[in-house]
Amino acid sequence: MQFPLPQFVAVSASNPWTYVVFGLIGFAFGFTLEMSGFGDSRKLAAQFYFTEMTVLKVMFTAIVTAMVLLFGAVGLGILNFNQVWVNPTYLSSGILGGLIMGVGFIVGGFCPTTSLASASTGKIDGMLFMLGGFVGAFLFGETEQYFDGWYTNSGYFGRITLDQVFHLPIGVVVLLIVLMALFMFWGAEQLERIFGKKDLSTEPKLRIAGAGALFVIAVAVVLIGSPNLTDKYNRLTFTRTETIPQLNADPIVNTLTYTADEMIANRLVFVSPAEAFKSKYNQAMNPVYLDVRSEADYNLYHIEDAVNVPLERIDEVIPVLLTEPPANTVFVVTSNDETAAVQAWKILSASSVANVYILEGGVNNWITFFGETDKTLQANPNAGDDQLGFIFPAALGDRYESCSPSPIEYEKLEFEAKIILQLKRDKSGGGCG
Amino acid sequence: MTAQTKNSLISQTPKPFVHPYFGGMVLGIVLFLALFLTGNGLGSSGATSRFVAAVEDQIAPAHVDRTPYLLKLAGGDKNPLDDWIVPVYFGALLGGFTSGMLGRRVKLETTKGPNISNRTRWLMAFLGGVIFLYGARMARGCTSGQALSGGTTLAAGSWAIMFAIFGGAYALAYFVRKLWN
Repeated sequence: MQFPLPQFVAVSASNPWTYVVFGLIGFAFGFTLEMSGFGDSRKLAAQFYFTEMTVLKVMFTAIVTAMVLLFGAVGLGILNFNQVWVNPTYLSSGILGGLIMGVGFIVGGFCPTTSLASASTGKIDGMLFMLGGFVGAFLFGETEQYFDGWYTNSGYFGRITLDQVFHLPIGVVVLLIVLMALFMFWGAEQLERIFGKKDLSTEPKLRIAGAGALFVIAVAVVLIGSPNLTDKYNRLTFTRTETIPQLNADPIVNTLTYTADEMIANRLVFVSPAEAFKSKYNQAMNPVYLDVRSEADYNLYHIEDAVNVPLERIDEVIPVLLTEPPANTVFVVTSNDETAAVQAWKILSASSVANVYILEGGVNNWITFFGETDKTLQANPNAGDDQLGFIFPAALGDRYESCSPSPIEYEKLEFEAKIILQLKRDKSGGGCG
Repeated sequence: MTAQTKNSLISQTPKPFVHPYFGGMVLGIVLFLALFLTGNGLGSSGATSRFVAAVEDQIAPAHVDRTPYLLKLAGGDKNPLDDWIVPVYFGALLGGFTSGMLGRRVKLETTKGPNISNRTRWLMAFLGGVIFLYGARMARGCTSGQALSGGTTLAAGSWAIMFAIFGGAYALAYFVRKLWN
C-alpha cells in the first residue's frame, strides 16, 4: 500500500469519510494547541519578550518530530513524497506576508489557529481576533487585484525544497535542522533562565533522552536515504475503467488497476499519431511533445512545437515538469520508434510526472501517417531499431509539411482515445490556501 | 482535597498545560499523520478566506466573478467551502473546546497584559486579527499552513516565511511592550 491514500487527498461529497478524516485531524490539531497553552495570548506574546519560549519549543518540536517521521517514511518507500503537498515558493509575497503576520502576531497575541483554540475556550480576545481575521481576509480578497501580477509571479520558484536549494541529500538537511532545533531549545532555556527567572533544575530530565532519541532517528533517516527510481517505478499503479454496455440496463463500469509494466504491455500508454495530433485541438488538454532523440535527429525532422530533451538529460527537466506546467498538461514522449521513448516514460512516471504518454511508433510512424504525400522523404531500408526510417534531403527541423499537419485536411480522424487526463491539485489549492 | 472537590471554586481550578516539548511532540505526530494519510498538512487561515468568499458569493456573485482572488475560490459555480481546510477548521474549534473542558479551562474571560484595559485588549486583538489574516493570505498560509506544515516538508519559501513572521514580531515587540508587560 502506498501513502498518502488517494481517496483522502481532498474532500468529496461522494466519500463522506473524507470529512470525518479531516475533521479528526482538525480536532487533534485544536486539542494539542489548547493543551499546550496556546489559548492564552500572554503565553504566545511572552515568546517575543524572551520570558517564556513555549511557542518556539512547541513549534520546533512539532516540526522536527513530523519531519523525521515524514522523511523516514519516504526513505522506507511507504510514502510517496511527490504526492505530499509542498507549499510552492513565492518569495516576495511570502516574506512581505510573513512580516505583516509578525505585526499581527505581536499586536493581536494570536495566530489564526491558536485564536480558534482560544475562542473555543471562551476567551473574548480570541473571539475578537477570529472576527478581525474575517475582516482581514475580506480586505485581502478585495485588494489583491491591485497587485495581482506581483502576487502571482514575483519570486516564484515553484515546488522547491531546502535540499535542492543547498544541493544536499534530504537526510542531511533533516539532520542539520534537528541539530539546529536542539541548539535553539538549549538557547531558549537559557533565555528563560535569564529573562524569565526560570529554575531549569525543575525541568524534566526526560527531555534530554527525548533529544537523544530525536538525534538517533535523524541519523537513521540519513542512513535510510531516499528510494531510488527503480523502487518508485515498481510501486507505480494506474487505474483505468472499462465500460461494458448492457442491453436495457445501465452499463457496467469496472475499475482495473495496472502496474507500470502492464500499462506498457497492454499498450495503454501509447497514443496513435492521430490522437497525439488531435489533442492539440482539444480544449481540455495542453499537450507537450517531448522529443527524447538526439539533437542531430531533432534537427533533421521533428514534430511542430516538440521540445528536444535527449534521453540522457531528462533528469534535468523533471523538477520543471513536476511544477511548472498547468494541471491539464499531457506529455507525449517521442523517439524514432519506441525504445528510447519507453525508457523516458519509465523515468518520468517513476518521478511522479503525471499524464505521460508515448507516441505510438514514434516519429517514423508519424511520418508514415501524415507524410504520405511528401515526395521529398525516401524510406531508409537500412534503419535499425529506434533510428530514423527515412532519408532527409536537408535538416529542415519542423519545416517539412508533415511536421505540422493541416487541421482542416485532417479534421476527421478516427482513433481509440488512450489519454485519461489525471488532474493534479490546483496550485492555489493546498496548504492554508 | 478530596472533601473539597465538590466546592465549585476548587473544581474550577484549571489544570496545568502540558510540557511544551510533549505538546510539540504530539502536535508533530498529528502533523505527520495528516501528511502521511492525506498528503496535506495542517492549516486554518485558508478556511477564513473561504467563509468570506462564500458570503460574498451569496451577496454579490457578479463581484466575485470580477475579482481575481475571489474568482479562484468561488468563481462560477465553484463552492468555496468544498475544501479539506473547512472540516479541519471546525475540527480545531471542537478539539480546542474539548481540551479546554478536560483541563477545566473553559471560561468567559480576556487574556491580556497586566497594564491595559479589557477594551484596549479587545481592540488590539481585533486589529491583530485583521493584520494577521491579511498577511496570511498574502503569504498563502499562516503559521500552521506555512511555518509548521511547509517547514516540515522542507519547502524553501515556508522557511523564509517562518523567519519573516518571527522577524516582524520581534522587530515590533519593543514598541508595543506596554500591551504585554
